[in-house]
Amino acid sequence: MRGYLIRRFLLIIPTVLIVSILVFLLSRFVPGNVIDMMVMEMSDLGEAKAAADINEDWIREKLGLDVPIHVQYGRWIGGILTRGDFGASLWTQRPLIDELRRRIPVTFELSLMSLTLGLLIAIPIGVYSATRQDTISDYIGRTFAIVGLSVPNFWVGTMVMVIPAVIWGWSPPVEYIPLVEDPLGNLGQFAIPAVIMGTATSAGLMRMTRTMMLEVLRNDYIRTAWSKGLTERTVILRHALKNASLPLITMLGARIPALLSGAVIMEQIFTLPGMGRLMIQAINVRDYPIISGVNLIMASLVLVCILAVDISYAWLDPRIRYR
Amino acid sequence: MAGRLRTISIPTRLTRRRGPLLDFFVRLVREKPMGTFGAIIVLGLLVTGVSADLLAPYGFNQIHLMDTLQPPSSKYVLGTDQLGRDMLSRVIYGARISMLVGLGAAALDVVVAVLIGMFSGYLGGKVDLFLQRFVDATIVFPHLFFYLAVMAIIGPGLLQVIFVLGILRGIGSSRIIRSAVMGIKQNMYVDSARALGAGTRRILLRHVLPNVAAPTIIVFTVAMGQVIIAEASLSFLGFGIPPPTPSWGGMLSAESRDYMMDAPWMAIWPGLALSLVIYGINMFGDAVRDLIDPRLRGGVGGLGGHGSGRAARALKKKGTAFGRVEKTEK
Repeated sequence: MRGYLIRRFLLIIPTVLIVSILVFLLSRFVPGNVIDMMVMEMSDLGEAKAAADINEDWIREKLGLDVPIHVQYGRWIGGILTRGDFGASLWTQRPLIDELRRRIPVTFELSLMSLTLGLLIAIPIGVYSATRQDTISDYIGRTFAIVGLSVPNFWVGTMVMVIPAVIWGWSPPVEYIPLVEDPLGNLGQFAIPAVIMGTATSAGLMRMTRTMMLEVLRNDYIRTAWSKGLTERTVILRHALKNASLPLITMLGARIPALLSGAVIMEQIFTLPGMGRLMIQAINVRDYPIISGVNLIMASLVLVCILAVDISYAWLDPRIRYR
Repeated sequence: MAGRLRTISIPTRLTRRRGPLLDFFVRLVREKPMGTFGAIIVLGLLVTGVSADLLAPYGFNQIHLMDTLQPPSSKYVLGTDQLGRDMLSRVIYGARISMLVGLGAAALDVVVAVLIGMFSGYLGGKVDLFLQRFVDATIVFPHLFFYLAVMAIIGPGLLQVIFVLGILRGIGSSRIIRSAVMGIKQNMYVDSARALGAGTRRILLRHVLPNVAAPTIIVFTVAMGQVIIAEASLSFLGFGIPPPTPSWGGMLSAESRDYMMDAPWMAIWPGLALSLVIYGINMFGDAVRDLIDPRLRGGVGGLGGHGSGRAARALKKKGTAFGRVEKTEK
């Protein structure tokens, strides 16, 4: 197990390095005409600095474009590693790290609720569908999955905003309720987007659960379990599901980026101040340091999640645990 | 040398009963009713997309200021939007955008995936090690964040969307092609070709490439649905295809949401069209996967169960009891 973990940690280093280079290059490709536009926009607003001082050179300096590219990278990555400095907004000069403290919990809460709901829906239906293969209930389960995979999140979200408003004159709350101030109100507010995202997530997870269960149910040890006279409950839950859950956990890791992408849309529709909304706001005002900072953070979060999934996999799988 | 190799390939072509494409469609219709239904929807998208000019009763940006936010009627079958534009026409033209993005970005995805996958898988060693770390790094980005960031830099537009989605997705899809290539590399015929003196380029083009056709087709069908959703999501958020070009995602975006309370049909039709198309592509894609790669079966493209329906039926016809084992087991 220790060997596995060490290898796993070592493999992550080049990935992190390349992620940081990609993010770094992202903000280096800001085209020149955009900088001209930014000069005009900033001069109009005059918020950041006295209008006279805002020119191309000042923005280039702010974006760090005034020194050679390797110096830029060194400066940027050094700031992150030594001071936790992920850059600051071009407009408000507020460091990204302050924003993150408020926003990561929102995205995290939404994603966690969705994932939990998704698993709660997916696993029972997937298991049932697999054990009753080719029956009516299997077809209903599979149809649910394929419909769930086909209907886009943002349409369901829009419909949830529009239809109750048209029929009952009710719409979901748009003002964010922090968890610490009003826990129930906060959960109520997150419930609707979480149910939409959770249902969408469950579709894919359900198909995976069903496929994995079908694979496992074909094995000889399942036949043995049946012929020993064990109850269906024991065979399905203890013998089949336990073995099917291992590959499922790996696949769960691969779903995390998609889950976080879904959060962008839900945060936007239901005006939740998470990472996705920060990203959209930053793009709207061409706040490049924030855009690349957010991408770096999100990619790192995914890496950490995937690592956690891999470690739990190693811990759950006796073939790795006892090595 | 080249001539001799060509004579070897002739007999295999003669033994084939009918063309592979025709054979595929015959099997699709015979074995996968839901997949066929999906194929009809996909075909419908293509026909609508190509002949949008003929099908749409009005132009996609034809404004009727006297008829804003009209409910569905005989004049405007699906109603009108806040500028009095006919929803039906906009949904029809939206099909063209989805079709272009679906085909264009999926094709680019496949090209990128095959290029990276073939080199990485076939050459192996340091090239593979380096390329795979690069691939690993791109797939950890939550894709919508990454697409948004790149779109923010290169600006909105149809071609931009196709390029961003195709290239960024293709890097991830290359892993599927790579693992297929690594399997193919082990085959005797690759060794034989090398023994005959064939160079890397020849082996890749004549021996490896034709054999990755199956995973490539699967990558294409999966990509088609996902890039259409991704384009719609980007346009929905306002960073995909700029108005007035009607994209189904863009038609649902924030600027029209204000009017949806008075005109809910504005929210219904684009979403319905999008869902139907994605549903069709998913169904068709599952059937394609079941038919051309039996190892990956287990989708819902057909009603034949776990992809084993055909084998079970064939065995039953022969009069063996074996075909029933599948069912009694569970």
